[in-house]
Amino acid sequence: MSHQNPTFVPTVLQDAVNWAQKYSLFTYPFATACCAMEFMSTMGARYDIARFGAEFPRFSPRQADLLIVIGTITERQAPVLRRIYDQMPDPKWVMAFGVCASTGGFYQNYTVMPGADQVIPVDVYVPGCPPRPEQVLDGLMALQRRIQEHRGHVQAELGNTAAIGYRDRRHLPVLSDGTSMTLPPEERMPKDGRVR
Amino acid sequence: MAQRVLDLLTERLPHAVLESGTYVGDEMALISRDHLLEVLALLRDDPELDFAMLSDLTVVDWLGQAPRFEVVYHLYSLRHKHRIRIKVGVDQEESECWVPSATGLWHAAAWAEREAWDLYGVRFKDHPDLRRILMYEEFVGHPLRKDYPQNARQPLIRRPDAPATDDQTTRLLANSHDRRVE
Repeated sequence: MSHQNPTFVPTVLQDAVNWAQKYSLFTYPFATACCAMEFMSTMGARYDIARFGAEFPRFSPRQADLLIVIGTITERQAPVLRRIYDQMPDPKWVMAFGVCASTGGFYQNYTVMPGADQVIPVDVYVPGCPPRPEQVLDGLMALQRRIQEHRGHVQAELGNTAAIGYRDRRHLPVLSDGTSMTLPPEERMPKDGRVR
Repeated sequence: MAQRVLDLLTERLPHAVLESGTYVGDEMALISRDHLLEVLALLRDDPELDFAMLSDLTVVDWLGQAPRFEVVYHLYSLRHKHRIRIKVGVDQEESECWVPSATGLWHAAAWAEREAWDLYGVRFKDHPDLRRILMYEEFVGHPLRKDYPQNARQPLIRRPDAPATDDQTTRLLANSHDRRVE
């Protein structure tokens, strides 16, 4: 096959790399609020995020590739969150855990930032106040599908380690039910009603 | 039980107590600002009163009334198990918007006064370190004042492609009465 199609080998290799990445997510929990309790439950034996290869929290952003923003982000915290994101090596992904990290939630005031995506690009939004562990795992599986499809926001091509710019990342975030807040309206709802 | 506290207070310092009363079981005394420290020192040091603990210090904004602000002290006596609430009226004029600091009497007042300054803009004279404690240094205004615009946002950073809120906030802040930049 490969002598007929010169892109075949790199494509298969990329698929293998994507497969390896999606089952070895090292998480960095940026836990600021009550959602952290639900994250602990997700980590625990009953729901067991280890089944998806993401059981190993690294408490250093330099060793992590999945930033989970868990809880309310205030304006004062925004530079800290941004700095932690910048410290993570590529490829990296971000999950907004709960409504506060996604949109600011029920806080609409002088101090709460309306969503972590104001300062960092977010791949998966998990709704809920707090979300059930099943929702979190659903969001994680949505992210894994995106990684396998090579649609994560800073997934560099093989041989190209440069991160994609912000402008390109903007259209990528997706909610765990498959809709996106930042896509144009006609693209928001998936045609078959499933996570893409 | 704390009625006796009020009686003692009015007996010892009748010139300082402007008003006193009871509401749902809580005794309150309105004090003139000039005698505030005198009253607080008496409450703390008198063996019959013995308010060793400053449990809370906050501010109420009565927008449209004069005086506009009310600084509220909640005191508790660990020995006698009684409580009292002390109030002081403060004008909104910037030169007059202050009360003497209680940090000399209770160390607990230090952070509480910083919070009151941060969120309401009431200054505490002779506070050793009166800085913002919850909001960031770049923040303009005092967010718990009733005339702070509800929709104003003062972000420290934003993504380059996020919609800018700065113009809106500048406009909102310019229309409010509270536009001092500290």
